[in-house]
Amino acid sequence: MSERIAVVGIGATQFRTITPDVSYKELMFDAAVRAYADAGINPRTEVDTFVTCAEDYIEGTSIFDEYVPDQLGAALRQMHTITGDGLHGIATAVMQLRTGRFGTAVVEAHSKASNMLTPDGIAACAQDPVTVRPLCLNSNFIAGLEMNRFCAENGITRDQCSAVAVKNRSNALVNPIAGQAAGLSLDDFKYAKPVSLPLTDLDIAQPVDGAIVIVLATESKAKELRGKPVWLTGAGWCNGSPNLETRDWSAPEYVTKAAKMAYGQAGVTDPRHYFDFAEVDDTYTYKELQHLVALGLASPCDVGLNTEQGKTARNGKRPVNVSGGALGMGYMYEASGLARFYCAVQQLRGEAGAMQLPKAKTAIVQAWRGVPTASTAVITLAA
Amino acid sequence: MGNRVAIVGVGMTKFVRRALETGKELSWLASKMALDSCGMTMNQIDSVVMGTAPDTFDGVHMKGEYLSDGAGGFGKPYMRGFVGGGTGVFSVAQGWYHVASGMFDTCLVVCEEKMSTFQPHAQAAFVTIFDHIIERPLKPNLLWIFALEMNRYMTTYGLRKEDIARVAVKNKTNALYHPCAQIAAPVTVEDVLNSEVLAWPVQRLDVSPVSDGAVAVILANESVARRVTDKPVWVEGCGWALDTAYWTNRDLCYPRYVEEAARMAYKMAGVTDPRHQIHVAEPYDPFDYKELHHMEGLMLCGRGEAPQLTADGVTARDGELPVCPSGGLLGVGNPIAAAGLMKIAELFWQLRGEAGKRQIARKAKRGVAQAWGDLMQVGTVVVLGV
Repeated sequence: MSERIAVVGIGATQFRTITPDVSYKELMFDAAVRAYADAGINPRTEVDTFVTCAEDYIEGTSIFDEYVPDQLGAALRQMHTITGDGLHGIATAVMQLRTGRFGTAVVEAHSKASNMLTPDGIAACAQDPVTVRPLCLNSNFIAGLEMNRFCAENGITRDQCSAVAVKNRSNALVNPIAGQAAGLSLDDFKYAKPVSLPLTDLDIAQPVDGAIVIVLATESKAKELRGKPVWLTGAGWCNGSPNLETRDWSAPEYVTKAAKMAYGQAGVTDPRHYFDFAEVDDTYTYKELQHLVALGLASPCDVGLNTEQGKTARNGKRPVNVSGGALGMGYMYEASGLARFYCAVQQLRGEAGAMQLPKAKTAIVQAWRGVPTASTAVITLAA
Repeated sequence: MGNRVAIVGVGMTKFVRRALETGKELSWLASKMALDSCGMTMNQIDSVVMGTAPDTFDGVHMKGEYLSDGAGGFGKPYMRGFVGGGTGVFSVAQGWYHVASGMFDTCLVVCEEKMSTFQPHAQAAFVTIFDHIIERPLKPNLLWIFALEMNRYMTTYGLRKEDIARVAVKNKTNALYHPCAQIAAPVTVEDVLNSEVLAWPVQRLDVSPVSDGAVAVILANESVARRVTDKPVWVEGCGWALDTAYWTNRDLCYPRYVEEAARMAYKMAGVTDPRHQIHVAEPYDPFDYKELHHMEGLMLCGRGEAPQLTADGVTARDGELPVCPSGGLLGVGNPIAAAGLMKIAELFWQLRGEAGKRQIARKAKRGVAQAWGDLMQVGTVVVLGV
């Protein structure tokens, strides 16, 4: 039986819409220094393996792992990239630590979205070059189609989706690192700019810059360190169909499969009542609702109502995205999941300040890689 | 420590200049062959690892996601790891930790590359790997930075071009017996020396081609491996190391990152004297001097000694330490990530005694494969044994 795995250090920068004063390397360095100080370790001598999550097109550099080691203290060390969300990176570090060959692992993900001149063009390059790209479909247009399908099939109303944005962006008002906090009301959606109806601009998480670094360790190593460990109880990930035309647009089965994998490891049989709070992907408002259903945290008939009635609010029975999520903190591409992970660890440590929940012993964090992917990762945590 | 992990099946497409298949199809072909080779089906595969080099080749953003169904990643835990040219060998290390962690019983590792999509020549894609402020404005390409490295290696040890050309001759000739080889040819040292100069001292026959192709291997834990095959090939050690991005600050005459990666893999495998405990080697040879460079990094010989071993025939297929019996990238071809995994496939066949006409003369119980990439920066090493 493998040792338990703990989160022993976390570090993050502020998430901001533009960061003209720093490069992506400086953002990474900032988060790394904070994480190493938090864990009380020296990266040059006490970290056994490093993982960065990044995609070449987002970075504007091919073979991006070239430019990672220096600012993390990883030069001439065990370091590689995963082209996945930061939570895929966490899952990778968990596997490496469970082999028994490594004692500590570092996972990094970042966003320098403000460097991108043509994010829509880049996103379009992720579509199948033969069958889909010639149709010139914008990612938000595809999301609008999916939102339509999901809402129609599950009886979700426009207001219920809007309530997600209202909740998450207001949650972010008390998250000191969040970059897209706002005090919205449902009325604001009457004047929201239509993008691909029913999707409006207020339904879409807006990009920000920032970096997050997480330090993980095996139980025996964690005991040598001074911090309060948060336990990683489960890690699951899964891919569905990469083709738009051959997937279920209402229910993302790959999320259910990934959750099943994580729940199996964590011994979770009743997810609805097991987790004190959830941090799930909310790249688009409807995605939070869709993901809550797929994760088994709500049923299709009550997910919208729960949100509308405040049951997923910070003071509700089952808080969701207390951090503000991607709508409130900002969309960070491959770092989006890791941003939520960072805030979940803060909650479980009891160090979330004004965001702190009265009861936070168990958490679930989930990430989705955006249009047009069907790729997700799920991590479960316990104090 | 960790579960024992074995390779139980291998599949490989032909390496060609321009494949008619899409990347998805190439991935599927290699995966299907690997499954068939050990009588397994996708239902028995618990996880999938994809290896493929830069997205610029295909012009597809999030290429790993695009290739996922072709590689068998549909409805399964699927992950793409990435260390540039080192990806092919690294993907086996990645598959190893999937299984050794105990989280999965089996892992299908697929590496695919389709460089022909980039028109007119994939070399131009490489300008985007350089630092966007300091280097990209100089419009560098890989041929000339490796010409710098080759020059440095030759100057440090007082080597002549003939000393290095022997590697190209050996590998292109070895590849004559490889059914998937793209540019096998019975060339001579004179042919290499008379070939077109690309960026001195690199000439046309010193360098591997642009290729399309895919390779897949199946990894399994001990209990599955024993059920599936009588001849499992064990992953005895894995190592990887990534050096600083500032390649201009390194002494290019010695790949220290390869040594670091090798030390990690050897430690895991219990190898203390690589020169005698490794019986067959597949170091990365995109250029002929790189095979020599990497033999030294892998500590299979002392620094600057590899050219003499080649001249003495020690590294020939019937030599004492056969090196690149497959024909390497110089002979079989260089679809970046797939080329690294081709080396693992060759060790699998050699150690099982199934390499046919390519079978090495000596009895081999342990082999090492290595790949290299990024800005002359990453080393990835896997030690296999029976």
